Amino acid sequence: MSGAKKHLRIGFIPLVDAAALIVAADGRFAADEGLDIELVREVSWSNIRDKLAIGLFDAAHMLAPMAIGSSLGLGQVKAPLVAPVNLAMNGNAITLSRALYEELFKEKGDPADPASSARALAAAIRAREAEGREPLTFAMTFPFSTHNYQLRYWMAAGGIDPDRDLRLVTLPPPFMVESMAQGQVDGFCVGAPWSSVAVDAGVGRILHFGCEIFARAPEKVLAMRRRDAEAAPDVAHALARAIAKAASHIETTKDQDEIAAMLARPDRVGVDAGIIRRTLVGKLKIDADGTMRENANYLVIGKAGALRPEAAQAVWLYAQMLRWAQADFSTVGVEEATRVFDADLFDAALGAPAAKASSDRDPGGAFDGARPVDDLRAYLAGFAIGCKT
Amino acid sequence: MKIVIVDESPIRSAILEEGLREAGFTAVERLSVMQNLLQRIYAIDPDVILIDLENPSRDALEQMFQVSRAVRRPVAMFVDQSDTDSIRASVDAGVSAYIVDGLKKERIKSILDLCVSRFNAFSHLQNELERAKSDLEERKKLDRAKGLLMKAKGLSEEEAYRLMRSAAMRENKKIAEIAQAIITAAELFK
Repeated sequence: MSGAKKHLRIGFIPLVDAAALIVAADGRFAADEGLDIELVREVSWSNIRDKLAIGLFDAAHMLAPMAIGSSLGLGQVKAPLVAPVNLAMNGNAITLSRALYEELFKEKGDPADPASSARALAAAIRAREAEGREPLTFAMTFPFSTHNYQLRYWMAAGGIDPDRDLRLVTLPPPFMVESMAQGQVDGFCVGAPWSSVAVDAGVGRILHFGCEIFARAPEKVLAMRRRDAEAAPDVAHALARAIAKAASHIETTKDQDEIAAMLARPDRVGVDAGIIRRTLVGKLKIDADGTMRENANYLVIGKAGALRPEAAQAVWLYAQMLRWAQADFSTVGVEEATRVFDADLFDAALGAPAAKASSDRDPGGAFDGARPVDDLRAYLAGFAIGCKT
Repeated sequence: MKIVIVDESPIRSAILEEGLREAGFTAVERLSVMQNLLQRIYAIDPDVILIDLENPSRDALEQMFQVSRAVRRPVAMFVDQSDTDSIRASVDAGVSAYIVDGLKKERIKSILDLCVSRFNAFSHLQNELERAKSDLEERKKLDRAKGLLMKAKGLSEEEAYRLMRSAAMRENKKIAEIAQAIITAAELFK
């Protein structure tokens, strides 16, 4: 592209999974595509959604389920969005207060196995009920989020009904650690780096990485208004390319410190570069005593086809919404949801993948076995807890 | 009509409340503490909730509205429901509204327009205050640098100032930057 660069205002929440967007904007990748990106740091997902919907942002770093919720008008006014590129898979972690962790695993139970830990949590909840104690409180960052679905899926696998057996509340990520320290929250599921902050502060212990619950949960997308993407597909293409190139740079560079330093800036993620580096490479301290856990898929930004939005991912997210009564089933709903994850837009910008991913039928990859989503009724019927269609 | 203002800045919410009262909205309550927010909002049972957009508790508030079993459930106000320009202007100014059903568009518009003018007035005030603060800082810096020069080179106040000013002109810098350089150098030479 020649001439003046196209100026785009893009909102983001200070999280490591905005890395591809931040590196695209602050590095050379956006300029190479003829774009001049102005990043605007936001304090709430509601702000991100509203400012995108009314045109104060041209695009936004957004929770993948939120993009679907907005397009379907679930719990908000309908504003059709489209995601030309995914920003990240996974990246969350479930963290327990030290007290609850000790209560769960003092006698038996395997804290590394989600099936076992969910049963241990169920036992603790029953014991509390029997003793007439207050129910436990768990926090997540937004109802339309993978954090919410990860917590609920894991709990339900242990026989817990998350709407009845405990309190599930929404908290802004920076408030999680403080709320846990004050004993108002017993556990939470949040994106990086906030679990690491809780561990470093000695108030919590990381129990599971998000990828131990779902192997490949679509976490964040770059969202645009659908009518803008249709009116100016070249801008959507350029943005998808800039982000894809930034993402592959993040995955392949030898200089992870440079990336961490870029993200650590106070007007970007604004936390210590050392913590950011640990989350980028998937090597996290899970306990203040120094115990480490490593998983290369803790946060997936640009590898293994993660960038390509696919219809199956949208159906899988829609299935989570159905299960937890955020949506009522309709074939129109399925169609609308799949239109958000626009593989065509991505392919037009970056070329179609040579081979189709083999994991399509089970995009989530839950810990308790393969669950294809091509038959939503069968998918939902396979769970003891949650809504059926 | 009952209006609740949720704002962490007590000065700004007072400015907004005053504006609303002047416009004839007398039932206005201000909440600044996030604790027990939902219970307090339900006790007031407002028709309109105004919240500042710098407030990170907005997501929590929205979830509480979604899961609450109250009949009058407030929803985030939006493009379809009212005048797009007013909404865009209010969000741009930093305030958002949640409304319960059945409220007339024109009444909402007048509230939103009021929010915009009062929020903008507040940020204008804040900018002025910031400017006054930084002017004061600059003056202090200048005086300190002047004092250092006077002592080191045995100059009068007038001469010290002139020296800094010509250095600033020569190097195409602000005089405050020259003053800062003198202070830094003096600290290094200590």
